[in-house]
Amino acid sequence: MASNSKTLRSPLQIARGLGSAKHGTEHWWHQRVTAIALVPLTIWFVFGVIRHLGADHAAFVAWLESPFSALMMVLTAVVTFHHAQAGLQVVIEDYVHNEMAKILSILAVKALCFVLGAACVIAVLKISFGA
Amino acid sequence: MANGSGRPLSPHLQVYKLPRTALLSITHRITGVGLAVGTLLLTWWLVAAATSPAAYERAQHFIGSFFGLLLMFGWSLALYYHLCNGIRHLVWDAGKAFELSEADRGNQIVIGAAAVLTVLTWIIGLAVW
Repeated sequence: MASNSKTLRSPLQIARGLGSAKHGTEHWWHQRVTAIALVPLTIWFVFGVIRHLGADHAAFVAWLESPFSALMMVLTAVVTFHHAQAGLQVVIEDYVHNEMAKILSILAVKALCFVLGAACVIAVLKISFGA
Repeated sequence: MANGSGRPLSPHLQVYKLPRTALLSITHRITGVGLAVGTLLLTWWLVAAATSPAAYERAQHFIGSFFGLLLMFGWSLALYYHLCNGIRHLVWDAGKAFELSEADRGNQIVIGAAAVLTVLTWIIGLAVW
């Protein structure tokens, strides 16, 4: 860094690029990457749901026994819950101003998203492996 | 000006009308939260299918009921809205379409696309069902 620079930031701060919130752009970037991934996944999911609206159990199981369907459903669940917890965290950060309540509600939302996501993945794998 | 300073008053909350872009912005957030709640139904559906045919029948019965279909309709509309407006956010992230006229056009495209996709989905869905 040249000595006549107008910036008040140290060279180390600039190199790290984490900004004043100390988190950088990682959270924002994750939301964008999952959003892009969800465009094709959502389209696949909607078509899948339409095709199995009135399906009986055997037809539904047959659908998810296909490796491609299982792969897509697992990806849809994982990316959806990742995107959901990231989005809900921002909503909570915007509206809940009590620090303790904010942290606890973010943790609760993340825990719930992880549990639901894991439940979806296990359900798909169980069907796919024919257990 | 009413405050005597000659400077414009900031938006007066009791008469302030949300611009269309602001309305679409908060709708994006509301539909996002709604979709997150809707994942409960998705989880139930998958877990029920993995549990037993009887549990799956119960989930299918609920989804096929009037209340279930109402939820599914709201869910599909929210999903398409969030999808379309999300793509618009990605366009904004790329630094494009920030002019007021482009934002107005974007509003119309998002609302129109979400409505058309929802109606189309339900026409196909009910025909297949």
